Amino acid sequence: MDEARAPRRGVSPRLWLAGGWLLLALLAAIFAPLVAPQDPLAQDLMLERLPPFWMSGAEPGYWLGTDSLGRDLLSRLIFGGRIAFVVAFAAAIAACVVGSTLGLISGYFGGWADRIISRIVDVWMAFPPVLFAILLVAVLGTGLSSVIIAIAVIDWTRFCRVIRAETMGQSRMDYVENARIAGYGRIGIMLREVLPNVVPSIVALLSLEMGIAVIVEAILSFVNLSISTDDPTWGGIIAEGRLSIHQAWWVLVFPLITLILTVLSFSQFGEALKTRFDPVLR
Amino acid sequence: MLLQRFLIRLLTMLVTLFGVAVVVFVVIRVAPGDPIAMMLPPGATDADIARLRALYGLDKTIVQQFFIWLSGVVRGDFGTSISLRQDVLGLVFNRLPATLELAIVALVMAVAMGGTTAILGARERGTAVEAGIDIASGAALSIPDFLWGLVLILLFGVLVPIFDISGRVSPQLDLPFVTQFYLAESILRLRFDLTWDLLKHMLMPAVALALPLAAIISQLLKQSLKEVLDLDYVVLARVKGFSETQVILREALKNAALPTLTLIGVQFTFLIGGTVIVERLFSYEGLGNMAIDAVINRDLPLIQGIVLVFALLFVLINLTVDMMYALLNPRLRHG
Repeated sequence: MDEARAPRRGVSPRLWLAGGWLLLALLAAIFAPLVAPQDPLAQDLMLERLPPFWMSGAEPGYWLGTDSLGRDLLSRLIFGGRIAFVVAFAAAIAACVVGSTLGLISGYFGGWADRIISRIVDVWMAFPPVLFAILLVAVLGTGLSSVIIAIAVIDWTRFCRVIRAETMGQSRMDYVENARIAGYGRIGIMLREVLPNVVPSIVALLSLEMGIAVIVEAILSFVNLSISTDDPTWGGIIAEGRLSIHQAWWVLVFPLITLILTVLSFSQFGEALKTRFDPVLR
Repeated sequence: MLLQRFLIRLLTMLVTLFGVAVVVFVVIRVAPGDPIAMMLPPGATDADIARLRALYGLDKTIVQQFFIWLSGVVRGDFGTSISLRQDVLGLVFNRLPATLELAIVALVMAVAMGGTTAILGARERGTAVEAGIDIASGAALSIPDFLWGLVLILLFGVLVPIFDISGRVSPQLDLPFVTQFYLAESILRLRFDLTWDLLKHMLMPAVALALPLAAIISQLLKQSLKEVLDLDYVVLARVKGFSETQVILREALKNAALPTLTLIGVQFTFLIGGTVIVERLFSYEGLGNMAIDAVINRDLPLIQGIVLVFALLFVLINLTVDMMYALLNPRLRHG
């Protein structure tokens, strides 16, 4: 490896920034009832469309302003984070377990297993993912578990394709052959020898997938198909902001910034983790 | 050799489409929730339900139902939309051109943006310009089209309102079009006033769709260009006195483009998938926007039709790219 490409020792600044934002957002979501300055559902028509704190006409205690029903934007964002993170973790892990398992089997055993799994992946890739998600949630009924199931059902192929390719590469390596000569069984080799070597990719994909899950949840609540309409969600706030964009831009700007920071952080975090865990790069 | 490859791909494509048909059918029929209950307004009587069940053949087994539906689809009969009470195929073909025009404009923009930045980055390799391009493409890639759409709405719809952020064309305009390919027809009819109006509506959603793809093209093409630029024949061209830009455009580009071309094919299907939500965001009257309405209205025949048309589009693009790759790659051409 040439000098210029050698990875830096220690934790990179982008890992700090990404991890810092995610930790902050996660803690705020967990302790939402303690952190949120207002009740996220409380409507007050006297306080409708208050601007954020630095503008004239702002009210103390309503830092980021209010929406058209007078609900506090910051509190809604903090509570919306609860749903975003639950969906991110649950859906990404479910997609990861299903996709990685099938990818490992497909890549390591090859033959019929590979042919069948690859054909299923082809079929899945022929669906427009957002439409598929909307359809699944419409069929399963709105609610947290439907959203999680829908995302996992759609995005397992992402893991399957990458892990299949990586496993195929690893299976051709000498250490796998050595393990076979040493008399290990095929499943034993797959789990003990191949799996640890594809873990860096799985971890990176998992982090990326959490970001994607947050977006899909936002899209679903944007089209009003996610959780019940009462609970604040980032997508739901965005849908509201899109409608009142000319009267109250902040209702769109702040959830948008929140979403962008979260998605960027998940993808940067994944990249950084991959470099850190990859035995070759390290 | 090529023909054989084509036939195998065609067969795989049919299997994939059959798979899609099965999955859509099963998702809609087997998942909890009675499709008839979805079709009827609340308060329908049991007699109503039974009558509708028989009408739609839902009293038969699911396998029978599937083949009845499939034999209709093969004959071009996708059924009748429940919410719009029109032929599904007609509705789909009415909306498909709007989506295709949007997707193609987005693709052209992605290739233009990605190609330009790749060539610029390769020419200025190792400088701050390349580093800047890397950062920009990294951001463009990490942020999905849905969020780009919102950013663009804020920037060019509200902050500096120079583009339209809603609809396909200004409603007050008198449209002389006979097809649904408005943009293409406006150009052919030399009605550039209408072309401009259409583009003003299309630009923002197209940019939102194009940015992530532009970033991918930029990164991959720049990488390939940098590899080619060290090869002997390129060095020779440089010695002959061509400028670095000429070297890239005349010598390096055609040899570096093949991997990018293959990638564009797959990524183009992702872009088309993105039109669903981006059309919704910009109230653009395309297939994706209609699909979301169909789901919200529980219009099963329409959903099935739209999903199948999207799937057909996806596999056709993949088939085309595969064939183009085989034609352009000398190793496969002579193999």
